[in-house]
Amino acid sequence: MTQLTRFSLAKIGPLLGLVVITFILGILSDNFFTLDNILNLLRQVSVNALIAFGMTFVILTAGIDLSVGSILALGSALTAGLLTSGMDPLLAVCMGLVIGLILGAVNGIIITKGKVAPFIATLATMTIYRGATLVFTDGKPITGLSDSFLFEMIGKGYVFGIPFPAIVMVIMFFLLYFILQQTVFGRQVYAVGGNEEASTLSGIKADRVKIWVYSLTGMLSVLAGIIITSRLNSAQPTAGSMYELDAIAAVVIGGTSLAGGRGRITGTLIGALIIGVIDNGLNLLHVSSFYQQIVKGVVILLAVLLDRKSP
Amino acid sequence: MKASPIIEMANIDKYFAGNPVLKAVDFQVLPGEIHALMGENGAGKSTLVKILTGIYRRDQGVIKWKNKEVVFKNPKQAEQNGIIVIHQELNIIPHLTVSQNLFLGKDITYGKTGILNKKEMHQRTKRRLYELGVTNIHPNDIAGNLSIGKQQLVEIARALAANAEMIIMDEPTAALTEREIERLFHVIQKLKNQGVSIIYISHRMEEIFDICDRITVLRDGQTIGTKLIADTSFTDIVRMMVGRELGDRFPERVNVPGKVIFEVENISKEDLFENISFSVRKGEILGIAGLMGAGRSEVMEAIFGFSNKDHGAIRINGKLVTIKHPRDAIEAGIGFITEDRKSKGLIMHAPIRENIASANLKAISTYGVIVNSKETLLIEALINRLQIRAISSEQEAKSLSGGNQQKVVLAKWLGINPKILILDEPTRGVDIGAKKEIYKIINELTKSGVAIIMISSELPEILGMSDRIMVMHEGKIATFLDRQEANQERIMAAATGGVRHDSTY
Ligand SMILES: Nc1ncnc2c1ncn2[C@@H]1O[C@H](COP(=O)(O)OP(=O)(O)OP(=O)(O)O)[C@@H](O)[C@H]1O
Ligand SMILES: [Mg+2]
Repeated sequence: MTQLTRFSLAKIGPLLGLVVITFILGILSDNFFTLDNILNLLRQVSVNALIAFGMTFVILTAGIDLSVGSILALGSALTAGLLTSGMDPLLAVCMGLVIGLILGAVNGIIITKGKVAPFIATLATMTIYRGATLVFTDGKPITGLSDSFLFEMIGKGYVFGIPFPAIVMVIMFFLLYFILQQTVFGRQVYAVGGNEEASTLSGIKADRVKIWVYSLTGMLSVLAGIIITSRLNSAQPTAGSMYELDAIAAVVIGGTSLAGGRGRITGTLIGALIIGVIDNGLNLLHVSSFYQQIVKGVVILLAVLLDRKSP
Repeated sequence: MKASPIIEMANIDKYFAGNPVLKAVDFQVLPGEIHALMGENGAGKSTLVKILTGIYRRDQGVIKWKNKEVVFKNPKQAEQNGIIVIHQELNIIPHLTVSQNLFLGKDITYGKTGILNKKEMHQRTKRRLYELGVTNIHPNDIAGNLSIGKQQLVEIARALAANAEMIIMDEPTAALTEREIERLFHVIQKLKNQGVSIIYISHRMEEIFDICDRITVLRDGQTIGTKLIADTSFTDIVRMMVGRELGDRFPERVNVPGKVIFEVENISKEDLFENISFSVRKGEILGIAGLMGAGRSEVMEAIFGFSNKDHGAIRINGKLVTIKHPRDAIEAGIGFITEDRKSKGLIMHAPIRENIASANLKAISTYGVIVNSKETLLIEALINRLQIRAISSEQEAKSLSGGNQQKVVLAKWLGINPKILILDEPTRGVDIGAKKEIYKIINELTKSGVAIIMISSELPEILGMSDRIMVMHEGKIATFLDRQEANQERIMAAATGGVRHDSTY
């Protein structure tokens, strides 16, 4: 097979997978292809997709971020705290995003300046941030946050019949796609992941690029957290636990290489949709969540195995 | 009586992405001969070797090993049959020790217990290295910490340890110094006397005449011919390779250097180099000679801000500059072509375009957004200027021939329009025609006032190109020589510690 057709096969592989899985579930379940369900699905997917978008940047630099779920929880809890203290909702949300940025930056600084492997560094901060969340919330949900239209909109609202979180997801997708493919920063992300020494010698400040990448991921995690918080109108101390796994899975299914330097955010969106469709479809079919996990695992394996076949 | 060939490849075709790379190639090697395989960058030498050892599938043709038709599925199978390749791109595992690398997959154990007999492996490693005449590599050294030259020697030792009947060396001397090369040639002669056949790929003419018995030349994926070395000449071979007369090896230099632009004052780094001071004029080429490990690359990396220095100053046009990161150096107008293109020069799986762009992101963007038209323009211009041979600018760097990879690195740095260009082994692995092209480009750069600092382990290159030569020995400046007074003997004497010359320019 020629290099060209192989290249495009690797590119459309995940999309093909999504189409096949969607059709199978559509045939098996009558409720799958209803407008309500599709919109519901998009809203469900948005949380994982936002985190996975950030994770894509991290993995492109040959890193990993295990702390996304904890950042989500801590950012949400702090935002909820600000809201209950009477802060303007818009300002509180912005503060929440900045907190996410800072928590992510801490990861980045530990990894680059402290020269700690990303896996270890974020494993540690995952625990630390979760602990901090429990301390801050005293282990109890923070409720009665805000009844402002704006805050409710984020998680529960609709624009022209489309769930607001889905719109946020789509906007972020295009924005991040543009950043990755069309900006200097995007190029630097790919370059650093592809060969850090060569990039540094080409004048790219690899440390700075990495710190930004983890910051971005932190911010996106809190954004996902605020969507959940708004929807539930409460911040849960255990929110987001294990979310890192679905995010990493979406990135990997989407064909991004864990070795860094290779991958696309489009793949990640498709990966997140695949996971969402499986979750949603199997729920509709009343498949026990125990089996759901097995199915998800198998899909991840298949994606990686197929990807290996088409280098 | 004519011996029958030990390896016979007939009518070999190979396509990559629909492009023919080998076209009906015929190639034979006799038992116990040293057979040179030559051709321009991208002629298909490495591809032919990779087909022979099962890394690539041939699209057509027959391979016979000892008169039996074979198709090796992978290099391991070839190795079991007695064929070993030392590849152009080294295959050392960097975090393992020398001894572990040598016995990778062939570990010696206590009987069948599976417990490693480290002592024995250590001893044998030492012996192999000793046979190669290498005494400054310890079996417990971490391979990745060794210089490329030393890593190369470890690879050769590994091949010897496997008792091969045929060894294929793809540009084995590209990273070695004269002395190490001499040592290697000794070993090659010894192997030949033991009846081992050797396929020797190199772009260095002198070597071919030194040790080879016959030569086969490839051009654009076709066999041009096979000749006895004794019946051929330098110009003959060049004509076969490039299909035309090439003229002199080095272009004429009639440049008059201008005022001093770049000054390095007393830079030092513990254990690596000490009190290095030199200056370069506009339009001047300062050659830097020395043995492998003399600290030449380390000095340049420190100047460029890739590693730090303990003290010392750098001036450009008389003004002090602070360089803490390569970015600072680039902004000050310095370009740096590193010696190790695989690990420090290129992102191997990225396309040519992204590789060239990586040092030129500022030039191809506005407000941080890449402007595609600017990028295309820059990339096309550089690909044309350097005559990079590729299917398109989207081709991955790793699938380019060695010489073309080097041109991509060069292109990347010409893009920044440097005022000062540091070249570390700029023509390593580059064919004779392309070498001359690179020399011409260097000459043109000096004409437009660029100051060049060129590290090279090829003395003819140093002598043919430099206006002035700085020789280093064990981290110190041994001497400076002018173009007129320099010759091979003087440089070698200084490089090996014969002369010390403490005054600085
Ligand atoms: N995996 C690949 N995919 C596509 N093209 C390839 C691949 N490998 C090699 N080529 C192309 O095949 C041609 C021959 O390459 P090869 O590496 O055999 O050249 P070479 O004679 O060894 O050159 P050099 O002296 O520079 O090492 C080149 O044009 C190269 O770009
Ligand atoms: Mg080659």
